[in-house]
Amino acid sequence: MKKRLVLFIPLVLFLVMGVFLYKGLFLNPQNLDSALEGKPIPAFQLERLEDRGDVITNESLKGKVSLLNVWATWCPSCKYEHPYLMRLARQNILPIYGINYRDERAMAIRELNRQGDPYTVNIFDHDGRLGLDLGVYGAPESYLVDHNGIIRYRYAGPIDQRIWNETLLPMVEELQAAAKLDGAS
Amino acid sequence: MIPELGHLSLIIGLAFAFLLASVPLIGVARKDQYLVRYAWPLSYGMFFFIFLSVVVLGYSFAIDDFSVAYVAHHSNSQLPIFFKIAAVWGGHEGSLLFWVFALSCWAAAVAFFSKGLEEVFTARVLAVLAMITIGFTLFMILTSSPFERLFPVPMEGRDLNPMLQDVGLIFHPPMLYLGYVGFAVSFAFAIAALMGGSLDSAWARWSRPWTLAAWIFLTGGISLGSWWAYYELGWGGWWFWDPVENASFMPWLIGTALLHSVIVTEKRAAFRNWTVLLSIFAFSLSLLGTFIVRSGVLTSVHSFAADPSRGMFILLLLGLAVGGSLTLFAFRASEMKSPARFELKSKETMLLVCNILLTVACGTVLLGTLYPLLIDALNMGKISVGPPYFNAVFVPIVLVLFVFMGIGPNIRWKKTKPGELKAKLLVPAIIATVVGAAAPFLADGQFNIWVMLGVGTATWVTASTFRAALDITKDKDGSFSLARMGRSQLGMIIAHLGIAVSVVGGTMVSNYSIEKSVRMGPGISQELAGYTFNYIETKNVVGPNYTAQQGQVEVTKDGEFVTLLRPDRRQYNVRTMDMTEAGIDWGLFRDLYITMGDPLSRTQFAVRLNYKPFVRWLWFGSIFMMVGGVFAASDKRYRTKKVTEASKADAKKAKLATA
Amino acid sequence: MSKMIFKFFSMILLSMTLISSAFATPVDTYEFKSVDNQKRALELAHSLRCPQCQNQNLIDSNSPVAQDLRLEVYEMVDAGKADNEIIEFMTSRYGEFVLYKPRMEAKTYALWLGPIALLLFGLLIGFFFIRKQRITEVDEQEISAEEQKELDKLLNRKDQ
Repeated sequence: MKKRLVLFIPLVLFLVMGVFLYKGLFLNPQNLDSALEGKPIPAFQLERLEDRGDVITNESLKGKVSLLNVWATWCPSCKYEHPYLMRLARQNILPIYGINYRDERAMAIRELNRQGDPYTVNIFDHDGRLGLDLGVYGAPESYLVDHNGIIRYRYAGPIDQRIWNETLLPMVEELQAAAKLDGAS
Repeated sequence: MIPELGHLSLIIGLAFAFLLASVPLIGVARKDQYLVRYAWPLSYGMFFFIFLSVVVLGYSFAIDDFSVAYVAHHSNSQLPIFFKIAAVWGGHEGSLLFWVFALSCWAAAVAFFSKGLEEVFTARVLAVLAMITIGFTLFMILTSSPFERLFPVPMEGRDLNPMLQDVGLIFHPPMLYLGYVGFAVSFAFAIAALMGGSLDSAWARWSRPWTLAAWIFLTGGISLGSWWAYYELGWGGWWFWDPVENASFMPWLIGTALLHSVIVTEKRAAFRNWTVLLSIFAFSLSLLGTFIVRSGVLTSVHSFAADPSRGMFILLLLGLAVGGSLTLFAFRASEMKSPARFELKSKETMLLVCNILLTVACGTVLLGTLYPLLIDALNMGKISVGPPYFNAVFVPIVLVLFVFMGIGPNIRWKKTKPGELKAKLLVPAIIATVVGAAAPFLADGQFNIWVMLGVGTATWVTASTFRAALDITKDKDGSFSLARMGRSQLGMIIAHLGIAVSVVGGTMVSNYSIEKSVRMGPGISQELAGYTFNYIETKNVVGPNYTAQQGQVEVTKDGEFVTLLRPDRRQYNVRTMDMTEAGIDWGLFRDLYITMGDPLSRTQFAVRLNYKPFVRWLWFGSIFMMVGGVFAASDKRYRTKKVTEASKADAKKAKLATA
Repeated sequence: MSKMIFKFFSMILLSMTLISSAFATPVDTYEFKSVDNQKRALELAHSLRCPQCQNQNLIDSNSPVAQDLRLEVYEMVDAGKADNEIIEFMTSRYGEFVLYKPRMEAKTYALWLGPIALLLFGLLIGFFFIRKQRITEVDEQEISAEEQKELDKLLNRKDQ
């Protein structure tokens, strides 16, 4: 009898493995967790995209709950995301700061002129140094930052209506409420 | 019209499979011999129609029929003809068709070579093979048919991925699939034995040559893959512990364990349950591999485009096949004690220990491969498990395995004679220790524990294998006669030597490779490992579907001309991808390897020079293993006529033993 | 449905990123300050995973992120930074995902200790199995020893 039970062990082990394989079908192994959630924006000092003389630092991004959007002209998914960002910008919910990642200044400015500019401020990250410090591994990527300059959430991929409504907007509202308590917005 | 015929042929093949899975089994249940005998023509029919299907797909590629979506996605009119044919198995749908084709080949082979086997048993085997065929053919027809049409018909195809446009594509997948799928035969034998309720040594004898055949193909497939990666990827790596590679390695490890376990079952009627379980595991791992490659559950450079809905179907197949067989095993495995007895110091123990080590090694690879998935599924984040882990845990286990591998052939069945082992193995042990200890100092002048262990164990295996060979061929009066050695034993000796050769290759190339990345252009020379590399000029070369910049690099040693290497950087016309083809001078004891990198100026390039000692030994070793396997599979006792008589006698003996 | 669309687009993103970079092997001509530095840097880069790619380390991959990180590793090694400093730099930006050698922590105990546990377990079972069936053999021998005596008796009688 005991031996009969022992013979069932391989089946049990297989079923356990099967459960994990099944769960695995709904996961995306390519989607990385951000190591920066809960940490402040890395210190940086970069030029504005449109104006060489104007320097922006991580301090400039404090004070409001904001959305940091990493984009580039060589990135096709960014073009897909762009119209939605325009809509979002028009709704004036929160400032959208752009990080132009590893791109050519002239081309980026031309693109914004042609397609519209949803960004309050656009940071020119030519070498990708800020991207590296943020843990950027593809474009587009977006970071939700609170009023103290702490990164709260990283979303990898283009933002659309569904993602905004389901995932990002609730978080934004929560963060803005907390900011109000602090006296900021 | 023709692709539709291909599709139709596939459906007819499926129909044959349905019949094959049901009619013979009905015949067994009803004791109707007439129905049972249908299994043979049904097997041949199933094979024929699936074969026709493959031919049609190949034909569509050959005539550039871009109305077939699969052809349009993987071919181009400028593609050389042999790549067009090989593209049949270059993508998901086509490779699935090839998978099913391989299975039908094995089924037909079993039907053809089964004259000495019991009819009912063989019918069950063929029925099980048919069930697996049904699963995968349904999968293909319902979700991934290679015959789907494309409208509007494109003028040109998207071309085969340039990385696949290589002779490796022509041989690696077919061999690999034949091996993977070949373990289905052992699996079917095990299921048939469980169904019939008799796990005797006759079953083991019948099952062994099929297991050997599958093992030979899988060994070839894996080493071809390794060789292909080595010269194609451009920096001389040969194994990356990538999930897809592991997916092929795990069945190989279990297959090797199975090969040795079935010997004990055949000769001593012991380890019966274990052998059956290993047969089930081997094919289960093949199925798991199919799942990993096509479902996107694990990230890999080798995976086909991932599609979770496909993954769901394959998981279902996996669940039915593996779950069903393990359930059958749990209910039907023999509860009786085997009649065989053996001492602690015996060949049986050695084989058992080696089996355990191989299974643990396989379990380790499985753990490492699936662990990231486990952690992610439990919401504990994303981690990676890569070569540093696998090398750290896998190498020690196999080093221990090699030690026992040397003892095994030299020890007697059942009980060793006191003092005999020591007398036989003392000299090999001394030789191995000396050579192992000296090796790193001879190579490099420096201490290196891994080289000592690697070369030492390889020498141990070589020396003890030769010692075993000596004893087999020696007569009582001291004369040597090769005729005394059976093919099985010759096979073992060659295959074990093959392992030793591969281990030496792996050890040396992992520890003593030298590489150098430099700037080179016309007139520039660089030195590496005693060789001088002279970059003469860059030629512009036009290939059938690409253009390339080809460096001409002359290699000299001590002033004497060695070779002219021609690495190139290709731009393919259709998929606008850059590809590097390394320039390799291959030698018995070292490879010289050049890769061209990005252009640094109008005339100069970044060039990487590699010195790879003993790297070919990795693949020479696997050729030895395959040759050994062929010898073992062609042993006298598997030839048909003798099998009939021997199997009858065995069947009687087995009946007495199990009574 | 929209999940599938998203997956489709992210696959395009990934594939476009891969297409825009060459599949050619990257060759760097970074000049190290010493051979030891080069060795250490290459080893380190080999053990770090490219966050963007389909399972490639920093050395094999041609993607821009891998290039940046690779150069970062080279520069940090040349600047004399220790291995764990460099690893810390990478993981604080990209998480544990970039480590091919998983850290020894609570969630990886099963991973690192599993193989040894499996080995001991397997050998133990094997040992008990051999011992169990060996003891029976001793019994048999005992029986046959008794039988041997009887046999002798019978044979002696026969001789007489």
